[in-house]
Amino acid sequence: MINISIFQRVTVALICVLGILYALPNLMSKGTFEDFPDWMPGKTINLGLDLQGGLHLLLKVETEVAIEEMVGNLEGDIREVLRLNEIKTFPKNMKISGNAVQFDISHPEKRERVRELVFQRNPGVSIDTLDAGGFRIEFTEQAIADKRRETVQQTLEIIRIRIDQTGVREPTIQQQGEERILLQIPGVDNPEEIKSILNTTAKLTFHLVHPEIFGGSPRPPPGYLDIPSGEDDRAGTRYWVRRKVDVGGDNLVDAQPSFEQNRPVISFRFDQTGARKFGRVTSKNVGRLLAIVLDGKVISAPRINEPITGGSGIITGQFSVAETQRTSLLLRAGALPAPVSFLEERTVGPGLGKDSVEAGRIASMIGLVLVVIFMVVVYGRFGLMADVALFINIALIFAVLSTLGATLTLPGIAGIVLTMGMAVDANVLIFERIREETLGGRSPISAIDAGYKRALTTIIDSNLTTLIASVLLFAFGSGPIKGFAVTLSIGILTSMFTAIMVTRLLIVFWLRRSRPQTLPI
Amino acid sequence: MRKIALVLSICLVAASAVLFAGRGLNLGIDFLGGVLLEVKTSGPADMSSMRSKIGGLGLGDVSLQEFGSKDTVLIRVQRQEGGDDAQKIAVDRIKEVLAGSVAEYRRTEFVGPTVGAELKEAAIWAVLAAVGAILLYIWFRFEWQFGVGAVIALTHDVLSTIGLFALLQLEFNVATVAAILTIAGYSINDTVVVYDRVRENLRRYKSTPLIELFNRSINETLSRTVMTSVTTLLALLALFIFGGEVIRGFTIALIWGVFVGTYSSVALAVPLLVYLKIDRRALTDDEEEAEQEAGA
Repeated sequence: MINISIFQRVTVALICVLGILYALPNLMSKGTFEDFPDWMPGKTINLGLDLQGGLHLLLKVETEVAIEEMVGNLEGDIREVLRLNEIKTFPKNMKISGNAVQFDISHPEKRERVRELVFQRNPGVSIDTLDAGGFRIEFTEQAIADKRRETVQQTLEIIRIRIDQTGVREPTIQQQGEERILLQIPGVDNPEEIKSILNTTAKLTFHLVHPEIFGGSPRPPPGYLDIPSGEDDRAGTRYWVRRKVDVGGDNLVDAQPSFEQNRPVISFRFDQTGARKFGRVTSKNVGRLLAIVLDGKVISAPRINEPITGGSGIITGQFSVAETQRTSLLLRAGALPAPVSFLEERTVGPGLGKDSVEAGRIASMIGLVLVVIFMVVVYGRFGLMADVALFINIALIFAVLSTLGATLTLPGIAGIVLTMGMAVDANVLIFERIREETLGGRSPISAIDAGYKRALTTIIDSNLTTLIASVLLFAFGSGPIKGFAVTLSIGILTSMFTAIMVTRLLIVFWLRRSRPQTLPI
Repeated sequence: MRKIALVLSICLVAASAVLFAGRGLNLGIDFLGGVLLEVKTSGPADMSSMRSKIGGLGLGDVSLQEFGSKDTVLIRVQRQEGGDDAQKIAVDRIKEVLAGSVAEYRRTEFVGPTVGAELKEAAIWAVLAAVGAILLYIWFRFEWQFGVGAVIALTHDVLSTIGLFALLQLEFNVATVAAILTIAGYSINDTVVVYDRVRENLRRYKSTPLIELFNRSINETLSRTVMTSVTTLLALLALFIFGGEVIRGFTIALIWGVFVGTYSSVALAVPLLVYLKIDRRALTDDEEEAEQEAGA
């Protein structure tokens, strides 16, 4: 192992130089390396949320709600199809049980026709005829699974748009598993703002209000819904609102915060279809109230004074400026197809983030100094060479982290410090071996050679087992822990490299130049 | 010598078990679910007033403790009934009620019951998987008796670390599990080095009685073991003193791990081999056959 081929020497030297080069950007402030030529690597390490400060949020998309809605729509569909074809259901009402619509018809001979009609409208259902003689129509497993997946995708997209519009830097938004979404937003000062943006479904619908307007008795007449008022000055009252949606939020083309007579309002605009529907409703119902419902609450119910055919209007109410801004943002981005719930949240304020970086930096530097001094004291000249290898080791760790775009967290820094302590282990193994061989009577060259040879298997065995633990840690951990596992794993690999290749190179150089009689170890 | 170490180890594990069962672990919100707030107050914290304010909200178990300095308080509230969204509501209410006294919210964490349960499960699996993988690896590289010895030493280390946490009532959270896995790796690292030497000596000194061989192996690797432990401890010491409050528990676990891992490699892993009846021929025969084939 004393004879290191030219090829190996060059490769090792190259790796060291590249390592230092790739690690350099981290040491410099942004200004300095802007000036550097293009071919120089410019990536720095990503700081994790616990070092930058920021918000980590895990959301669950409640796809069940979307499925329920889908079944509800199916019921409406079937009802309409039967009505158009003059097939009466018996009893009058359909039943929704679980994810299936159940009903029977009063003319059994029309069964086949019903099958045809339903299937035409909704190819994704399975139609069962019940023994007692009725229909049980439900969506196939596949159709439900597809809907779930689609709901999650849509939610992801809309959330992305919403977050984008708030202007935060570099958010990470990704799907986790089948129904979860992970959000990581660095540098957020007010997590509440972000959470309130995510919390609202933002489903906007326009309905006519019943001529008797306010809910008198508990049960609304057929075809009408009982909806609470969200208006500040009418809290607690309820409206009877027509179930049929006259115009919906998906026809909205724009929504902006605005002012009318110095009061904050939301101005909106419909697309052609929306404008047409809006025009129709307002023309036919002058004098009645039109309820504007947002997420199940009436936010405004103005009287229709004249037909509105232009397709635009304003929503007035007791809004604050912030509310108009937020609501416009949500309307522009689109309604969430299903609500989301918060599973996990971790927020680190910028103060703590900065402190953690400082603490990490001081701890690493002191740790480094201690280890370096110790090595020199115990192993003398060889210790010094091990220290050089240690510096290169650290540079390599940073280089790899920068290139991979990996994230450095506070436990990650701890991992680097731990690696510093353990990195010298490989060198210690080798040096102790060399010592032993020297005491056993070998010449310097032969002792070094034997030392490396014998120690190699031990180094590989012991490091590999630590690596196993580290890899499992990566698989199990999330966020900060993953950061620790990453730096530890990289550290183990680089320290093996530097101990076996770099220190050896240095020792061999020294050996050839000074040709000692005895080893200073 | 062997017996003393064995007795000591058994006591350690027994004590850990007792502490674990009796006092229990101070499980963090990572596993229980719940809310954690690290707040910095303007001026030294008035803990009792904060405690009564939050207590008045009727949120259940609330614990407040000083965290590193007089003006930093760690507030922990137990998991709220009502699933995931309830935790968020609790945070809002606490912030509301503390409005005047808090200068800065350094850190807010809440973990819903779903994620809490998942993390707990993942933690247990990770530790079991690590121990299993390590056992397999050692079995593969050495003989099965070595694997058993290594795993017993490893389990001893993990259990005593859990005992330490039960004793000191340090917060046992995800970072702690990370520390335990790291300790497992470090301890095995040590153990493998000694085992490697044992294997080498078994091949070299075929006629030496086992016990003497084991002792010799330990002595030969002792200086390396001590050196590495010292360097690692130096680095960890720097982390402990300067690394800040957030990772302190983590660092303490690692420091303990270095001590106990070194101890177990020397005083447990090898002596156990005596009881496990190594078949030295099995270990040496392969080597001899290989040498003969290479030579011929």
